[in-house]
Amino acid sequence: MSGLGYICGRKEGACPLSKLTEALLRAVFLTLSLALASWTVAQAEGQDAGAHAPAHEISAVDAAEFSAGDLIMGHIADEHGWHVAGDFSIPLPVIIYDTQRGLKVFSSARFEHGHAAYDGYKLDDGRIVAVDAEGHKDEAASANIWDISITKNTLTIFLVVALMLWMFISIAKSYGKRAGQAPKGMQSLLEPVILFVRDDVAKGAIGEKKYERFMPFLLTTFFVILFLNLIGLVPFFPGGATVTGNIAVTFTLSLIVLIIVTVNGNAHYWRHILAMPGVPAWVLFILTPVEILGVFLKPFVLMIRLFANIAAGHIIGLSFFSLIFVFGATSAAVGYGVSVVSLAFTVFMFFLEVLVAFIQAYVFTFLAALYIGAAVEESHEHKESLV
Amino acid sequence: MLLASLVEPAFGLIFWMTLSFGIGFFLLAKFAWKPILKALHERERSIEDAIGEAKKAREEVAAMKAGNEELLQQARNERDGMLKEAREIRDKEIAQAKERAKAEADALLARAREDIRNEKNAALAEMKNQMGILSIQVAERILKEKLGDQAAQDALLQKVLKESDLHLQ
Repeated sequence: MSGLGYICGRKEGACPLSKLTEALLRAVFLTLSLALASWTVAQAEGQDAGAHAPAHEISAVDAAEFSAGDLIMGHIADEHGWHVAGDFSIPLPVIIYDTQRGLKVFSSARFEHGHAAYDGYKLDDGRIVAVDAEGHKDEAASANIWDISITKNTLTIFLVVALMLWMFISIAKSYGKRAGQAPKGMQSLLEPVILFVRDDVAKGAIGEKKYERFMPFLLTTFFVILFLNLIGLVPFFPGGATVTGNIAVTFTLSLIVLIIVTVNGNAHYWRHILAMPGVPAWVLFILTPVEILGVFLKPFVLMIRLFANIAAGHIIGLSFFSLIFVFGATSAAVGYGVSVVSLAFTVFMFFLEVLVAFIQAYVFTFLAALYIGAAVEESHEHKESLV
Repeated sequence: MLLASLVEPAFGLIFWMTLSFGIGFFLLAKFAWKPILKALHERERSIEDAIGEAKKAREEVAAMKAGNEELLQQARNERDGMLKEAREIRDKEIAQAKERAKAEADALLARAREDIRNEKNAALAEMKNQMGILSIQVAERILKEKLGDQAAQDALLQKVLKESDLHLQ
């Protein structure tokens, strides 16, 4: 399954399958990976239920009750507060806008890692919910909460944007200083990548005439995704946040692509969606809804692809890693024995993930450029889209 | 449920992602991408220009070389032409000189012949005159000396001839 996921991820990036088939494949893949994840979670929950442990004692479980699902989900999911090592975690600001009670800002340390309620709020599986006086979740009040806390992923995004600003503005300065000369240092490291995005992605997908307008967006998107992918692979602080494996992030990026495509779509593009020329009227009854669906499906597929690839990669890597502790729980000797194989697989997955980090950044940017290219395409460059 | 957090987009993250991406995008576009892309474009153009110029220079040199060759060939041809012309002129001059010399010599010869003929004629005329005079003198002397006999006449003739000192063949 893991192999399939990666092969799909690359294949679809390289060879254009029908978008619908692609979405279907993605959905199947996602379902499979989620099924695996939910199975491990179910296993873990079964163990928890068996232990009848109160919520605040869960952290006190010993090695025998190690839950791979919790470990993996804890790594993949976003969190309030940044767990660094052992029991040490950096508290992060919680910012809530409650439509009833107004703006609330306090430290995530107040929740004591989800064990305590504070000011009528509590962490419920990583999400902030409103609680009543007895500490039970208040569904109605929870609906009023708009949580804009600075979470681990948010902070990583800030970090990456700050890093990019520093990197690329300093590069821009060295371009000013060394005008017309060969690149040097960081400039020479990133110039081929910038040229790759320009020559192979933008020029190829959008065309010589119109690519320049979209270069800033494509470059920003490419590097944001690449850096977020890579920083997610660093196993220790300040890395480790699986930002691009979070659907909110990929949703935002895809939404931006959808907006750009919609805003820049020319008459030719809309005509081909609403009434494909040269098609009998009765076919349009089927074709037009499909085309309109396609408008949303394309960014949707972008969202799912990036999310699923990165999340699945991390899940698989950590699954291999967790095997050590799962086997170790039965016998320490078996655990040590498995650790050799596990470690080899984890290292292999790590390198695969580095590759995937680049591939997915490229695929997302390239497909975004392709959609933009289709939206700004002139009619005389028309390719037969029915075939 | 933890899984829900995996597939349900969290509002806070969307909010911050949009904000960060937006701010990052505008700052990068203005302060990084624009100058970088411009610099890349300019460098590419200058390299292209340099290559074009080098090509042009090479072509110019080649053209110059071809021009030089042509010039050289032209000079060579001119020299050959001049040499040929000089040779022709020389030959012509020589021929002319020869002709002139010949004509002069001929003229000289003709004049000499004319002179000789004139001299000869004059000498002949002179001789004729002398002979006439001599004949008349002889006749006069014969007539004067009473020519008696044949022997006396011959002796007289011999004597006159001796006196006249004329050697006739």
